[in-house]
Amino acid sequence: MSTINYSEKIPNNVNLGEDRTLQRALEGWQPNFINWWDDVGPEGSTNHDVYLRTAVSVDPQGWAQFGHVKMRDYRWGIFLNPGDANREVHFGDHKGEKVWQDVPGEHRANLRRIIVTQGDTEPASVEQQRHLGLTAPSMYDLRNLFQINVEEGRHLWAMVYLLQKHFGRDGREEADALLQRTSGDANNPRILGAFNEKTPDWLAFFMFTYFTDRDGKFQLAALAESAFDPLARTTKFMLTEEAHHMFVGESGVSRVIARTAQVMNELKTDDAQKIRAAGCIDLGTIQRYLNFHYSVTIDLFGADQSSNAAIFYSSGLKGRYEEGKRDDDHVLKGQTYKVLEVKEGQLVEKDVPMLNALNEVLRDDFIKDSVSGVGRWNKVLEKAGIPTRLSVPHKAFNRQIGALAGIKMSPEGRVVSEVEWAAKRDEWLPSSEDFAFVASLMGRVIEPGKFAGWIAPPVMGINRQPVDFEYVRFG
Amino acid sequence: MDMVVEAGVIKQHLIDPEICIRCNTCEATCPVNAITHDDNNYVVRADVCNGCMACISPCPTGSIDNWRTMPLVRAYTIEEQLTWEELPAELSPEELEAAGVSGASAEAAEAPAQTQAQAAAEATEPVFNSAQYGASVPPWSAAHAYTNLFPPKTPTTATVVGNFNCTEAGFDSETHHVVLDFGVVPFPVLEGQSIGIVPPGVDAIGKRHHARQYSVASPRNGERPGYNNVSLTVKRVTEDHEGDPVRGVCSNYVCDLKVGDTVQVVGPFGSSFLMPNHPKSHIVMICTGTGSAPMRAMTEWRRRLRKSGKFEGGKLMLFFGARTQQELPYFGPLQSLPKDFIDINFAFSRTAGQPKRYVQDLMRERAADLAALLKDGASHFYVCGLKSMEEGVVLALRDVAKEAGLDWDTVGAGLKREGRLHLETY
Repeated sequence: MSTINYSEKIPNNVNLGEDRTLQRALEGWQPNFINWWDDVGPEGSTNHDVYLRTAVSVDPQGWAQFGHVKMRDYRWGIFLNPGDANREVHFGDHKGEKVWQDVPGEHRANLRRIIVTQGDTEPASVEQQRHLGLTAPSMYDLRNLFQINVEEGRHLWAMVYLLQKHFGRDGREEADALLQRTSGDANNPRILGAFNEKTPDWLAFFMFTYFTDRDGKFQLAALAESAFDPLARTTKFMLTEEAHHMFVGESGVSRVIARTAQVMNELKTDDAQKIRAAGCIDLGTIQRYLNFHYSVTIDLFGADQSSNAAIFYSSGLKGRYEEGKRDDDHVLKGQTYKVLEVKEGQLVEKDVPMLNALNEVLRDDFIKDSVSGVGRWNKVLEKAGIPTRLSVPHKAFNRQIGALAGIKMSPEGRVVSEVEWAAKRDEWLPSSEDFAFVASLMGRVIEPGKFAGWIAPPVMGINRQPVDFEYVRFG
Repeated sequence: MDMVVEAGVIKQHLIDPEICIRCNTCEATCPVNAITHDDNNYVVRADVCNGCMACISPCPTGSIDNWRTMPLVRAYTIEEQLTWEELPAELSPEELEAAGVSGASAEAAEAPAQTQAQAAAEATEPVFNSAQYGASVPPWSAAHAYTNLFPPKTPTTATVVGNFNCTEAGFDSETHHVVLDFGVVPFPVLEGQSIGIVPPGVDAIGKRHHARQYSVASPRNGERPGYNNVSLTVKRVTEDHEGDPVRGVCSNYVCDLKVGDTVQVVGPFGSSFLMPNHPKSHIVMICTGTGSAPMRAMTEWRRRLRKSGKFEGGKLMLFFGARTQQELPYFGPLQSLPKDFIDINFAFSRTAGQPKRYVQDLMRERAADLAALLKDGASHFYVCGLKSMEEGVVLALRDVAKEAGLDWDTVGAGLKREGRLHLETY
């Protein structure tokens, strides 16, 4: 069992105390992190005691310990999954060699870039969500938001540890810069587009945690295959935390749908205006939010053809999702993969070298996973006897990155003119009126066991606690 | 303990596909690779899952905490589970009966007693449900238990090296102390675990007998220290629950074994009813009859540790019930243990000329001492014996807590969460 040392200023299971230089560097970064948390972390939450999950060790018994803590006192730390001394690189040109405990010089720049990009997303989502606590639909949801916030903060720590330990002065500078960029800042924005979008309301938050945190699952799973062992072990542990974030998204949207379906049945109507008048979010609006978050998220996987992706894979830096479970040669030279492009106004598939298409491979894995989740939402409608079904839009819909960027496409995958796009945009993506309506529902409900009228209560509480448990004690 | 469990019955571990979000945490956590998935579902292989519960706390949804009593031969295959859109209902008693599973054995099938869904449902019910306080995790300082080294399909053989009546001779209710030796076969056990004995021969309809489960009564280093042997406490069954005469198939087989005989053994079983190793932890043991077996194991292990000077003042407290003094297994040896080592309280329900006294009556009498232990996070409570005692014992604990000004909901939930209250009743 790898126990976390909580007697240290920075809880860790990496023997931080033995590396004085690193310890001092991280202890120097820590106050900046707390300042960042105070400046752009969850708004107005300083005095709340929140029922948070904290890891005391990285094994199954220890990593989910629950108790009421002030978020500012949450023990952000550095936790790596246990290592395997015999682990080998299992894909790319270094296949069969021992994994690396240090960064090989030739891969230094690429690894740094991967870690910085991943690290940049973590505080960004906290910034995007900082106002949501003021409009939580229940105390249960408020607690879930805060849990996600502190864990995204810890994921930042995880990346900062790798940067400071393995990348010297460059690493320290990058770690500082992670706290200087801010989501949506015109002058110094976050690196990736989706992390500069607003998360204005709770439906957006649930869609974000469903789709964008699921992107996190796939990116982290691909990094958990890395030949750079500290990165693999760090991301493995992050994946266990990420699961809760996805849960909040999936169950959140599911509960919104369940409530809408209930009201549709009570009122015997599918008229969006009547449903809105009853204080619920109509299925059309939910579909438009889905279209937006899905399309923005699949952009996160990068360009459909990328020489960087090929280099990352061949050099062993980043594998595929579930690399170990695939039964090909794990080198992928001479193989091809189909990607989309538009030719003469039509979408066509073309074969490109597999190595260059690895972003697309990961995107397709994500799409498959997302689609089955949307299927689970449809089960809620099916059970309620509502004939409408939600669906994910076409892969080429509303894309800003890669060969499909800028192409106007309907959700069904039909290339459309600028004129048609302009005319139909508000049918396909949330309009300002949709945002205004959803925002109008966002009132704060914080009495234990009570829920806002637009969302159903969850099936069960957190950590076997009842749904009306006092998840947050307000100071 | 004389828990009758048919090895042909399992509590099958299943994942609720309607709640599961396919996050992969369970599969990544499972130490024995029992969990797998396809594009549709995450599923558990019944023949690999050992009920270690490692997957339970990392699951963010609670979907992982589902269990179904199933005849082993009809356990849901992974192929079946992969096609599910919702969990199948629990088999009805009639369906189980038709599959050759009796009600009692279905109840006793080895598995965590509580599902999350049940716990949630019960939280809103005013009826007191003692089982909800039983822990499904071991104490934090427990040693690691091996389970299922010899599953029902591949039993191992042990040799009887001792068998004597440990109740007063001449009484109807005979309880035997049986010692089994495994020779060089690896069979590591911990106090609180149980093993299964497969009686030879076939039953009335020509099927092989199923295994019966017994708690180990010896400590981890053997009944005889340093030998690969275990002891069991087996009561000869001569009547059924209604008092009608019946010969227990396995208990009579075991009680009649001679030194040198060989028996078929499966197991070990159990990964949560385990004793704390921490030298300052307190152990409160509450048992009736052969439910004393795990208590004897724990007491003996502590006694050996104490003798070797490896102990730092953890308290031992025992509440032991039987109909009469003559029926109490281990009554003599218990009497000779030093008072500063173990605080023993006997309750007899059928002593001529005396009012009936049950273990819970004694617990209420000792409320002041129990309250102090309830306040101490190092205290662990173990209950083993007849099902009918469980509710009374947990209610007594609750009342002791309340009288001491403690909030039972907090205390009870803490005991469960921290693996400090263990219920094993049959």
